[in-house]
Amino acid sequence: MNYQYLLLLADNPLILGHRLSELCGHGPTLETDIALTNIALDLFGQVRNYCQYAAELHGEGKTEDQVAFLRYEHEYRNVLLTEQPNHDFAWVIGRQYLFDAYHLPLLTQLSDSKDSRLAGIAMKSIKEVRYHHRFSSEWVKRLGGGTEESHQRMQAAMDQLWSYTGELFLETEDEKAMKEAGVGADYGKMRPHFDADVQQVFHEAGLVIPEGPWHRTIGKNGVHSENLGYILADLQYMQRTYPNMEW
Amino acid sequence: MNKDWPLWEVFIRSKSGLDHRHCGSLHAADAKMAIENARDVYTRRQEGVSIWVVPSSQITASDPEASGELFEPALDKVYRHPTFYDLPDALKHM
Repeated sequence: MNYQYLLLLADNPLILGHRLSELCGHGPTLETDIALTNIALDLFGQVRNYCQYAAELHGEGKTEDQVAFLRYEHEYRNVLLTEQPNHDFAWVIGRQYLFDAYHLPLLTQLSDSKDSRLAGIAMKSIKEVRYHHRFSSEWVKRLGGGTEESHQRMQAAMDQLWSYTGELFLETEDEKAMKEAGVGADYGKMRPHFDADVQQVFHEAGLVIPEGPWHRTIGKNGVHSENLGYILADLQYMQRTYPNMEW
Repeated sequence: MNKDWPLWEVFIRSKSGLDHRHCGSLHAADAKMAIENARDVYTRRQEGVSIWVVPSSQITASDPEASGELFEPALDKVYRHPTFYDLPDALKHM
């Protein structure tokens, strides 16, 4: 198992979960507020599994908190999609859905990983992510097929968010090495699942799948948008202010 | 258009074999959303294995003002309770 590969897996749910946590108490209705917070908590649970594994792999007394919180911005490997802000509910749902459509086939593949610990984490996570996908895809359809305004906002969000989906399937060196070792996911095999999912959901939602071009900036290699700096200022505050604090 | 989602009553079965019990209400645009909202609002601490939702408007309730004539006549009719039988000692949990 490669330490950097675990960070790649951990950082997407970490940053997306943080974005969702910003909505706690601010959701459009009580019910959706709780649903989004539940999803954030599921994601943080997954992050802990990856970070505990990474900390053990790293050795030298490294803890899961240090792995999650005490890195510089360029050391975070999350994709740009997950750091996009909560402009409106359509953005929240669009970002969630596009990530879920990627996350589900990713975990399906990782469930068959030659690394049994990783396979175990994936099998545990996949049930949660199936529900995330169900929640987000239903909302994409509701907003897409709802009122004129909800349709227009959902399409506008997708038009912006779509450009970040290219990065999901760009393979880094670490991902390539892990794929070849039979440990990591094979994006070539995942892609058709993502495409079919998106086609079906966009079709049912009455939305148009946007055209490229795709962003070439790669969060996976540590090159982020300005959004991540603000996220980390929040996320790391406690650990920076009170080093080694425990909850 | 009505901007408020209708109210739904939520019934949760906590274990297989037990009855669904009323646990609260929530707002949702339709039945499908009501089930999903109920899952998030009422089963996040492993409270249930099955959910029913019913539109609150479909429930006909007794009139609280009529509780006198509806329920009080039963108060002094203890003979309607099956408590006047001699039970065999072998029966422990009646």
